[in-house]
Amino acid sequence: MTVGNVIMDAEPGASLWADAWRRLKKNKLAVFGLLVLSVLIVIALLAPWIAPYGYEQQNLELGATPPSFAHWFGTDLFGRDMLTRVLYGGRVSLAVGLIATFVALVIGVTWGTIAGYLGGRTDAVMMRIVDALYALPFIIFIILLMVVFGRSVLLLFVAIGAVEWLTMARIVRAQVLSIRNQEFVEAARAMGLSTPHILAKHVVPNSLGPIIVYATLTVPQVMLLEAFLSFLGLGIQPPQSSWGLLISHGANVMEDSPWLLIFPGLALSLTLFALNFLGDGLRDALDPRVSKD
Amino acid sequence: MALLSVRNLTTSFHTRNGVTTAVDDVSFELKKGEVLAIVGESGSGKSMCCYSVLGLVPSPPGKIESGTALFDGRDLLAMSAAELQSIRGTDIAMIFQDPMTCLNPFLTIGEQLIEPLVYNRQKTRHQAKYRAIELMRETGIDRPEQRFNSYPHEFSGGMRQRVMIAMALITEPKLLIADEPTTALDVTVQAQILSLILELQKTRDLAVIFVSHDLAVVRGLAHKVLVMKGGRVVERNATSNIFRSPQHAYTQQLLAAVPRGEKTSEDLSQSRTVLAVSKLNVSFLDRNSGKRLTAVDDVSFELQKNEILGLVGESGSGKSTIGRSILKLVPADSGQVHFAGRELLRLREREMRLLRPQLQMIFQDPYASLNPRRTVFDTLAEPLLYHGLAKRSNIEHQVLALMDDVGLARTAIRKYPHEFSGGQRQRIAIGRAISTRPELIIADEPVSALDVTIQKQILELIIQLVEKHSLSMLFISHDLAVVRSLCDRVMVLQRGRILEVNRTENLWSNPQHRYTQSLLESVPQIES
Repeated sequence: MTVGNVIMDAEPGASLWADAWRRLKKNKLAVFGLLVLSVLIVIALLAPWIAPYGYEQQNLELGATPPSFAHWFGTDLFGRDMLTRVLYGGRVSLAVGLIATFVALVIGVTWGTIAGYLGGRTDAVMMRIVDALYALPFIIFIILLMVVFGRSVLLLFVAIGAVEWLTMARIVRAQVLSIRNQEFVEAARAMGLSTPHILAKHVVPNSLGPIIVYATLTVPQVMLLEAFLSFLGLGIQPPQSSWGLLISHGANVMEDSPWLLIFPGLALSLTLFALNFLGDGLRDALDPRVSKD
Repeated sequence: MALLSVRNLTTSFHTRNGVTTAVDDVSFELKKGEVLAIVGESGSGKSMCCYSVLGLVPSPPGKIESGTALFDGRDLLAMSAAELQSIRGTDIAMIFQDPMTCLNPFLTIGEQLIEPLVYNRQKTRHQAKYRAIELMRETGIDRPEQRFNSYPHEFSGGMRQRVMIAMALITEPKLLIADEPTTALDVTVQAQILSLILELQKTRDLAVIFVSHDLAVVRGLAHKVLVMKGGRVVERNATSNIFRSPQHAYTQQLLAAVPRGEKTSEDLSQSRTVLAVSKLNVSFLDRNSGKRLTAVDDVSFELQKNEILGLVGESGSGKSTIGRSILKLVPADSGQVHFAGRELLRLREREMRLLRPQLQMIFQDPYASLNPRRTVFDTLAEPLLYHGLAKRSNIEHQVLALMDDVGLARTAIRKYPHEFSGGQRQRIAIGRAISTRPELIIADEPVSALDVTIQKQILELIIQLVEKHSLSMLFISHDLAVVRSLCDRVMVLQRGRILEVNRTENLWSNPQHRYTQSLLESVPQIES
């Protein structure tokens, strides 16, 4: 009877992910990271309803004031409520960070896997394309995109993702190159499985470790890139803001009004911590060898 | 008075998963000019014994808990790291299993040989070179003057091991510790290295500790034998006694597991041909020279229904390439492979894929041939579901039946490969190979990565499955004893060419080719 139960526990075929989820739930830090991230996302989504003020609501007479009961995070030079600005900024930053990273992940993993697995001439051509794109100054690339498609926040996500996938593709390719020569891949070929099946079930799952680690590193990179582009006037426009922009403005007035740097900085750090814990937890959870149960 | 006297040595490893005792209360003595063999299976603590004495146990996690090791009256275990280091490499020398990883690829052989003399013994380079060349000649390296300036990659495996031996002896040690020195070598080379070690031991009156998993190798070499299991010494005796009248049950089991005997080949002349290979040629592009190197040279053979056909050869003879090119895992240059009424080499991959379930492979290394992220269930169910040989509704039952077939406990179905031992992993791999009910299986060294007692079990399983499912098998191996006990017919391969094909009993009683004769003579025997 026990044998039957053992099998019924999990869906056949989805067991790596089912097991990974089971293991992830036992990792306290990862669960904490996931929780913090979820809370941040929910808060960002609900910003219009929970923010105490309007994000463009100025009070020039008030000017920059330190944190108080009326303004928990203080106010900026225009007298705008920082808590509100951080809440709204989180919408942009989280969206850019997660969506652009996801775009980079999808393109990079697909590209790198195909190049690495097929090898030979296909690999050479695909990787030279990556090299050529690397050589292109990405600011020019993004300006080009903006010129052709017009400026929109959605395009910003795509543009950043389209730049960030290059490194991802290289990492994945290197992983796949070593994995495709392992005997279990040869065994899968001898078994008569098709190439897409082998890639999906045998190659990609075994290269997930570095992919996840790099993805968690990409998120902050992307958020800062967005701030940089916005600073140049290519990203989001005032009075809208993001954590990256708030930080770069805050850094300018650090000595007079440190709260303008501290609070958006804290919000960004909290996100990164949560992501790193979650990323490490995911990597371990997806590797059955790391720990038993 | 003993040269080395080890008393109550206990070494354990402290890890997150608890404390494991690798060496458990081991004592032995070794006199000058004596050869002691330490024999055991993987994980028995035989190497760890030697590493403990030499202070080479990685610490942490390793820790020497207790014991003494008196060498020339001084306790090695009580010495400081610096004192121990001065004894290592001068009075005690060591040679390892894999000569390639122990030589620095960026330094010439000569440079590495004279290093200890120049830095530890304050010899001039000239004196050291003279001594090194003398030793190279003594260890059977031809043209030592020229070879002195060669790099390790210019040497073959056997030659590298000779260099390692020369390196170990250059400081004139009193004790030589050899840790599986011939395990990575071909059988003919192994015979040469063993006789070299024996000769050097006699002329120098060396004390030698010879660590090995191979009883047959030990037999012609050691004066006394220590049999270890799970960190403990289970039996110690003079070599002749160990082989004549083993006392401990485990020693008896080890001796019984050594493959012996000869399969009486069945008459298969009436049975139908399953696989016909003709004029198969395979070559590889050598990236350094840009030339094509021939790996398989005009190979033709036939395999009958229910036959186990052995393919033996030394490393680099192309035996694995033959197996892989039949399965089209490696592209062939020319030739024909007839199987199931089709010519495989001309098939497109799409057509080939439909035939693959009938033509399976078992790989050598069960640690590499199983996807570490898939459970036993995933691994065994995948081919069945993919080829539509089972429905999702009854896949569990088929997988369980398969596990019964290969002798895996049903409760292990949700476990991952790393939770199994090597032998159990090979059972999973075999289960995968037979899952699609193939007609032909190509087994590429399926037991050479396994301990001898496990090897015996896996061989028994293979015989049983071949009969039960009336399989035909191409059995690729370097181990002649295994092939002799298992195969109906045997092909001998050298440098990509088949030298000789014969029924097993004929090949052993009357080998035709000179190479076959030397191959057969090189195999260490467990019985006189």
